[in-house]
Amino acid sequence: MSAPVDDVANAGPRGSAGRSRALPTADELRAQGARVERWGSWYAAEHMLLTLRAWFFSVLIAGLGSPILYLLAMGLGLATLIDSDAAQGPHGPVPYVQFLAPALLATAVLQAAFEECSFPVMGGFKWRLHFWALHATPVNPRQIATGAAVTASARMLMNAVLFYAVMLVFGVVPDLATGWLTMVAGMLGGWAFGLPVMAYTATLRDDAGQLTVLMRCVFTPMFLFSGTFYPLAATPVWLQPIGWVSPLWHASELGRAASYGTTDPGWLVALRLGYLVALGGLGLWLARRAFVRRMAL
Amino acid sequence: MDQQARRGGDGLPGAGGDERGRAVETVIRARSLVKRYGDFTAVDGIDLDVPPGESFGLLGPNGAGKSSTMRMIGGVSRRTSGELTVLGLDPDVDGPAVRAGLGVVPQDDTLDSELTVRDNLRVYGRYFGLSRAECRERAERLLAFAHLEERAGAKVEEISGGMRRRLTIARALISDPHVLLLDEPTTGLDPQARNLLWDRLFRLKEQGTTLILTTHYMDEAEQLCDRIVVVDQGRIMAEGSPAQLIREHVSREVVELRFGREHNAEVARRIEGVGDRVEVLVDRVVVFADDGEAVLEHVAREGLHPVTSLVRRASLEDVFLRLTGRSLIE
Repeated sequence: MSAPVDDVANAGPRGSAGRSRALPTADELRAQGARVERWGSWYAAEHMLLTLRAWFFSVLIAGLGSPILYLLAMGLGLATLIDSDAAQGPHGPVPYVQFLAPALLATAVLQAAFEECSFPVMGGFKWRLHFWALHATPVNPRQIATGAAVTASARMLMNAVLFYAVMLVFGVVPDLATGWLTMVAGMLGGWAFGLPVMAYTATLRDDAGQLTVLMRCVFTPMFLFSGTFYPLAATPVWLQPIGWVSPLWHASELGRAASYGTTDPGWLVALRLGYLVALGGLGLWLARRAFVRRMAL
Repeated sequence: MDQQARRGGDGLPGAGGDERGRAVETVIRARSLVKRYGDFTAVDGIDLDVPPGESFGLLGPNGAGKSSTMRMIGGVSRRTSGELTVLGLDPDVDGPAVRAGLGVVPQDDTLDSELTVRDNLRVYGRYFGLSRAECRERAERLLAFAHLEERAGAKVEEISGGMRRRLTIARALISDPHVLLLDEPTTGLDPQARNLLWDRLFRLKEQGTTLILTTHYMDEAEQLCDRIVVVDQGRIMAEGSPAQLIREHVSREVVELRFGREHNAEVARRIEGVGDRVEVLVDRVVVFADDGEAVLEHVAREGLHPVTSLVRRASLEDVFLRLTGRSLIE
């Protein structure tokens, strides 16, 4: 067994020298496996981000266009009909467009989260099948899930940054020192919503319309009844629980606090943060578990 | 390795070489390997030993347990019971390490349809921990190997089935594996595409790569495999080189007679005893004999007139038929 060790870089179609090369030792293989155990999530993210690149321009155009349209139509158009103050900030009444903008940013990020955590995940298992291709490599299903989550996060961040840029241009961020935290609030909301969606999607064997139902029957009501367009207190009491459990409401309120301040007590702000982080963390844990269950047969 | 070397080692005489340091001598070793899914037993106690450099074929009909065996070897499916070592490691314990040492060509097309031909190779190399520069360099070499240089910038969905298959093989080679697992590598390809693919696989074999393939095509097994196990219903029915299997299990020649679906069974009864053995299939009667022409003469003397008749050399297809009483492709 003293065959010449091949040049490792001499891949695949080797020259005639490769006729009888030594097999790798257990240690060599374990070292290679260990490297991938460390970096595998990142490799998966790198791969999926590469495919996202093809969508860059459509994401860019939609990511800029949608906030511009909403802020024009709602903030400037609809706002002219609204006489009462939408909200009270720590420094007095807040104009409607300032009240609305952080919630719309959170909505945009949650929607991006939904888009990246639903059909692309379904596709990885069912249509594009690339998750199964990765499964044959040293990466494990947990890392594939994490890679998909990182990719979704990149897309969410892109939408958050674009939306915030439009807010700045429209001049609807009163407090520039903390205003950028609106994006962080949006991201937390996106994770809290998107990662559980990813976990659920990974358990679906077939797409019989469940994801569309999820969009229409969960996302849309959440969008309408989470204090996005008017304070949650303005909705009937029996509808308010939708807001309490909704990541969108908490993300919107945190975004408003970052943009123009809040009269909420500190514990409530902490509770909102804790709720979003917990939901996102639980979602990631469940998603990784769902990937393992799906792939380890 | 010999006994002395084992004794002199660190006291871990693993089945295919020891646990660390020295290279293993058996690529795959399985003993009483079993895989059950609920009540269904897909693999029912298989023993395998594959030395390095061998081209080894698992031959059997759909559902014989070939793919389940491959998945266990590939470290993506846990065995229910039995022993299994791949490159000296237990895939259930050292999954990532085992997968690092293998190249896998799955039965389904799992190429990333949203990436170009070239990016499919580059991206895949990263999963084995290769640097980006290494991936770029190897991708170019493998594009040449797979005859895909001219389509390197094309999206995967734009290329033909044969090209996709070659790309899948190139992708499996990005980590320069010693062992290539191929699950039905040419299913669904036209003859020209198959020949080109076989040629590539043959080159790999010449270069010392261990090939482990499943197929239900006999000609493929005959072309590529040094050794074959015939599997049916999760069990090994026979084992040997293609020539050996034919010699041991069937006669030199085979006569195929077609009398039409409704007459085959009756005719078979009338010529019972002719040749070594008579088998009835749905569409034909098959007679194993050392002298095929003599069988035809006998049939003619009996006053039987087949719609078509054919005398040919026995093949692995016949081995399977003989062992199981069934045709491979049904």
